[in-house]
Amino acid sequence: MSPVAYALELENVSRSYGSLKAVDDVSFAVDTGARHAVIGPNGAGKSTLFSVLAGTLRATAGRILLHGRDVTDEGEAGRCRLGLARTFQHSSVFLTASVLDNVTMAAQQAAGVSLRPFPLTRRYRAVTEAAFAQVQAVGLADRFAASAGSLSHGERRQLEVAMVLASRPDVVLFDEPTAGMSPAETHRFAELVAGLPPEITVLVIEHDLDVVFSLATAVTVLHLGRVLASGPPAVVQADPAVQSAYLGAASGDALFLTPGGTS
Amino acid sequence: MSSSTGGLRAPAPLLARQAERGTAAPSAPPGGRRRLRGPAIQAVAVLVLATLPFLMSSYQVSTMTRILAFALLAVSVDLLTGVTGLPTLGQAAYFGVGAYAAALTALHWTANAPAQLLVAVGAGLLAAAATGWVAVRTRGIVFLMLTLAIGELVHQVADGWSFVGGSNGLTGIASPRLLPGGAPITLAGVVYWYVLAVFVLAYLGVRAVVASPFGRTLRGIRDNEPRMRAIGYRPAVAKFAVYCLAGAVAGAAGSLWITQTRFVSPGDLAFEVAALALLSVVIGGAGSLWGPCLGAGVVLLTRDYLSTYVGGRGSLLLGLVFIAVVYVLPRGLAGLGQRLAVGRRPGGEPRGVRP
Repeated sequence: MSPVAYALELENVSRSYGSLKAVDDVSFAVDTGARHAVIGPNGAGKSTLFSVLAGTLRATAGRILLHGRDVTDEGEAGRCRLGLARTFQHSSVFLTASVLDNVTMAAQQAAGVSLRPFPLTRRYRAVTEAAFAQVQAVGLADRFAASAGSLSHGERRQLEVAMVLASRPDVVLFDEPTAGMSPAETHRFAELVAGLPPEITVLVIEHDLDVVFSLATAVTVLHLGRVLASGPPAVVQADPAVQSAYLGAASGDALFLTPGGTS
Repeated sequence: MSSSTGGLRAPAPLLARQAERGTAAPSAPPGGRRRLRGPAIQAVAVLVLATLPFLMSSYQVSTMTRILAFALLAVSVDLLTGVTGLPTLGQAAYFGVGAYAAALTALHWTANAPAQLLVAVGAGLLAAAATGWVAVRTRGIVFLMLTLAIGELVHQVADGWSFVGGSNGLTGIASPRLLPGGAPITLAGVVYWYVLAVFVLAYLGVRAVVASPFGRTLRGIRDNEPRMRAIGYRPAVAKFAVYCLAGAVAGAAGSLWITQTRFVSPGDLAFEVAALALLSVVIGGAGSLWGPCLGAGVVLLTRDYLSTYVGGRGSLLLGLVFIAVVYVLPRGLAGLGQRLAVGRRPGGEPRGVRP
């Protein structure tokens, strides 16, 4: 099979709840290796779109292609095994397990040993080591033995990221990864994403527009379930429809000023 | 964090070694002494158990034998309820299937106890595989109700099928033999040692499974099943596998039970047995393996032994014990042990035992 340029393609994807269309006829494509941001006001359907992409929710219409392969009928686990993994907007971790156990949970599935009923072997040690490398990569190395329930909010977000990366995805969906993080943690997350191997495609919902425009190679703006604009950051930034959707007025520049610059 | 490169960077050897120590015993914090204490206590416990036939009357020894068999049933319930988070009232069915299979083997084929045990394990496994696929698609209260239905169904079959003796059950089982052509075992102490040996092997086997990658998968399903799907797991597969394993362990327990009682009736797989097994797990502490074994001892001693001192009202006494445990030891006997251990280590974090 010839390599497909797009890691992820959405063709007229919709998700309705009765008469409400939370995601309405959304089509866009994500380049392989892109850092693609999805932005939009609250209620724009971003998280619903992610759930549809990850397979947590089924699309009520449209097709989803992962590396050119139709995954619309795959379940959540199947899509993860094909390399599409997500983080959750509200951290979802294994609270009674240690940090390392949490990440190992993802790593052992990716290594295909999750049903082995006998304990440590050399191969399994490699799984643990890979998991620990991931714990290090997100900056939780000194907390590896702590139970996930004792982590701070920001640390749990980091743990989410480590778990997703440990499942060895080639397309990662980050659902508001920096929500509730301190500026330092946000900065560290941005560094982490910037440091991911270039063949990993990143799709991220992000409210911090500084992060968006420092990282993103492409931006899609959702509004009321529909795509308002999609393209390179500079183009989207200049789009009048985007500015009015965000601000409801024409004084658009303020949207893209750094926080603190105007207040 | 300066050059974070996803999963591609090899960990520093020192940290990797640290990581290994942290996971070698998944539920214990890193540290050598603590990791050794558990096995040491268990080895002492087995030694003490092995000397009991020298200290007790044969009636008391046979009571201990039944407690061991019942404790293995409690372990199978704990595998589902405590480790995987699936509350079950159906394990008595596989216990009964194992007991009947062993009894039929004894009546129609051989008095060899290990052969009966293998047949019982196979029968429990097959029965669990045949019925479990319905249950494992669900969780929580629905799972509880489905397993209850399976239990009642099997009970009805045993009660109504004349081939297995109907409501009279199967009697006239010969004394077991350990070796082909060997002498029948008639001494209660030898039967006890055989049951103890099988119990210890099965217990160690289950403990190894719980410490394995598969065990980690099961705890993940207990703690956060939706998250498991998001990292690529198909929980129903692991749940079906553990359901079959628990069925096999319950079948083994059933075989041990009739090795002692040499009689099996529909009462052995009735709702009461399933309820007592679940009660043992709750009293002992779900999620720990040794706790439910102690719980099984408490339950059977209360019902059969202490009840003679309260005019046969064993069930009432059991109810009071249950209420007391729920209030005083919300994490069961295992939780008590954990609390003592944490108290000795300042700043220690509680282990992953759930109520």
